[in-house]
Amino acid sequence: MVLSGQSTSFREALTESALSAMDRPAALAGGRTGSAARADAKFVEFIDVEKNYGNFHAVRRLNLSIGRGEFLTFLGPSGSGKTTTLNMLAGFERPSQGVITLDGKSVDRLPPYERNIGMVFQNYALFPHMSVADNVAFPLSVRKAPKAEIGPRVIRALEMVKLERFKDRKPTQLSGGQQQRVALARALVFQPTLVLMDEPLGALDKKLREHMQIELKQIHEMLGVTIVYVTHDQSEALTMSDRVAIFESGNIAQIGTPDALYNEPATAFVAGFIGENNALDGVVERVDGDQCLVALPAGLTTSAMAIGGISPGTAVQLAIRPERIAGSGEPANNRFKAIVEGRIYHGDHQRLLARLPGGQVLTVKVSPDAAMATGETIDLSWRTIDCRAFPAGAAPDGNTPNTGSVT
Amino acid sequence: MSSIAMSGVKPRAGATDRSDSLRPLALAAPLLLLLAFSFGAPIVLLLSRAVYEPTIANALPHTIAALRNDSAGVPAEPVFRALADDLKTDQAAGAIYEFAKTLNTRLPGARSQVLRLARLAGQDPAPTREAMIKAAPLLGEDQGWTAIRSGSNRFTSFFLLSAFDLRWTDQGTIGTVPADQAVFTRVFGRTFLIATLVTLATLALAFPLAYVMTNVRPVIAGIVLVLVLLPFWTSILVRTAAWTVILQKYGLLNDLLLWLGMTSDRLELMYSRTGLVIAMTHIQLPFTLLPIYSVMRAVQTSQLRAAQSLGARPFTVFRRVYLPQVMPGVLAGCLLTFILCLGYYITPVLVGGASDQLISNFIANYVNVELNWEMAAALSFVLLASTLGLYVTMTRYLGLDLFKMG
Repeated sequence: MVLSGQSTSFREALTESALSAMDRPAALAGGRTGSAARADAKFVEFIDVEKNYGNFHAVRRLNLSIGRGEFLTFLGPSGSGKTTTLNMLAGFERPSQGVITLDGKSVDRLPPYERNIGMVFQNYALFPHMSVADNVAFPLSVRKAPKAEIGPRVIRALEMVKLERFKDRKPTQLSGGQQQRVALARALVFQPTLVLMDEPLGALDKKLREHMQIELKQIHEMLGVTIVYVTHDQSEALTMSDRVAIFESGNIAQIGTPDALYNEPATAFVAGFIGENNALDGVVERVDGDQCLVALPAGLTTSAMAIGGISPGTAVQLAIRPERIAGSGEPANNRFKAIVEGRIYHGDHQRLLARLPGGQVLTVKVSPDAAMATGETIDLSWRTIDCRAFPAGAAPDGNTPNTGSVT
Repeated sequence: MSSIAMSGVKPRAGATDRSDSLRPLALAAPLLLLLAFSFGAPIVLLLSRAVYEPTIANALPHTIAALRNDSAGVPAEPVFRALADDLKTDQAAGAIYEFAKTLNTRLPGARSQVLRLARLAGQDPAPTREAMIKAAPLLGEDQGWTAIRSGSNRFTSFFLLSAFDLRWTDQGTIGTVPADQAVFTRVFGRTFLIATLVTLATLALAFPLAYVMTNVRPVIAGIVLVLVLLPFWTSILVRTAAWTVILQKYGLLNDLLLWLGMTSDRLELMYSRTGLVIAMTHIQLPFTLLPIYSVMRAVQTSQLRAAQSLGARPFTVFRRVYLPQVMPGVLAGCLLTFILCLGYYITPVLVGGASDQLISNFIANYVNVELNWEMAAALSFVLLASTLGLYVTMTRYLGLDLFKMG
């Protein structure tokens, strides 16, 4: 893979030069496992934090703990309160209610410049009238660091992002990716314990974004800093984070590791927001422990995992991943006939659009060489454990389609 | 051209290049011609009068030839004979009044003596040296002949030196003019002083206002902008007249100050320097404000936040991140206002007192009243040169480009 070669040289650059600059023991601990071992689970804490703008509740009763050395991502649609939460942590906004603590101390009265938090912005926010080196030196010079110390530290920070050749350029003479790396070096050079990133890769093209994701992850592992990252791109969140907090209308819908969020979503919103998902509407017939039997249109029934408060008669939304729907040959207890409506070729796999007798269309992930013709009747099946039933009232935005659809 | 037309493909590319570079020129040509005809040529012609003054040399050809053998002081008999000859010719040709007026600008009081002398020269026999000195006592003095000798050169530094209150002394060195004639350095100084005061006043008003405008909702910023620009769209004469209503002794401002109890007596705001600076500040405010506002709008909020998160206190953010970025706009606005203030004419006439007249008022006086276009040209030249000098200094050494500022 192309990136593995780059990561080796990156690692070398760090061990030779950048790490030697880091005099804090935490930074020297190296990999994330080291710092995670003695992670303070409550390095950052939000306690009943609310933020209101007039009658608009941007953030409502938010409770959240961030561990030392953790890479936590705030993921959510725009307007879900993730940037407001980040700005309250940075000190640009004050909570209307509640307390935010940093390393055990309330930061309520602490202005942004006394919080020692590095921040990276989507539009880079580099100072256009200063050279790259002066930009990176800025946090050191405002802290009145000795002049003899500033130069070498700036060089090491620029080496870390591989931009030492560009130190005398002006930011406008760099590409977007290079500018964001300068912003990163500037946010890290004063060795903050916490770094906030507000959609830092949002302005970059896809390829560069994926490359920067890996670089960011490596820098996080090398330096052991705590990173709080805001994005609306779910693949970015899943790639980099230790944990992801899914924001929905001003609160956290679910927080967990990427695979927990994908495999065990707690609400229909999370199931729809992370990864691809087939959503089907139905009504509960019977509840049996953590499982339930759900009636679908046209007299069909399926067994499903019961999530949240469900009782017979509850309208539910079923969530099934396209790759968890199998053909006829698989041992699964829920079996259906469906008619192929279309086929989308993706190279490494194909997607079938299959219509159930009740009219719902399911997306099914099949192997690239499967050859089904449109109009053909096929068998579909899924296991109880792969089908999750959420109370339908918990649907986030009320526009859940009546027929099954991919969200 | 013919070789291009006759040969093959390659020169055609050259022809296209040429037409590409000629087309914009052709489009701009009407305007350029108009500017050259109505702007460039009159300025050059007028300014040239500051250094080219052939009237005396044309009027006294024989006298000047005779003076070549008589280099200093009051000359001998032959020169006077040549002078009488020249004056007689000028009298007949009708050129005597022009000559008398021109000599008078260099030699105050010469006009009537020249005309008397010309009448004397017209009589027969020709007047003697003694008779001529009796009719025109200036001819018996060194300064009279210094003026004529300096006038013998069609190119003169007299007017430019006068603009700095300097002159050629009888000894041929440069010295200052008598204190009672030295006005121009004071007028230039006053012009620059008032321009500086007005520039500082507009800056003090415009900087905070522009800052507020960039930080309020766009609708409110738009309303403020219109309020600032409203006087900008009004005739300068109307605005100045409005200020005379406000500033006069029984005007609105004095009424208000008395009513508030801030003064016990009515202030002399009209026909005073205070009134002049107030009125000019009002007129110039948009010129200072708009460049500052445009650069302030371009500064990203995230940069100020980034600076704070990096540990900079609000004052440090202002000094090291905000100010350097808005400085080009501040300098552009101030330079624009300063340069425009140097040329103010109508406002000093209407609002300023007798001792607040600026250099433009003097230039206008020389053109319209004294009919001394040479002096007007010299003063205009000094004003234009100092303005251009200021602009070049600002652009070269402060890296400011007014054209880029838009």
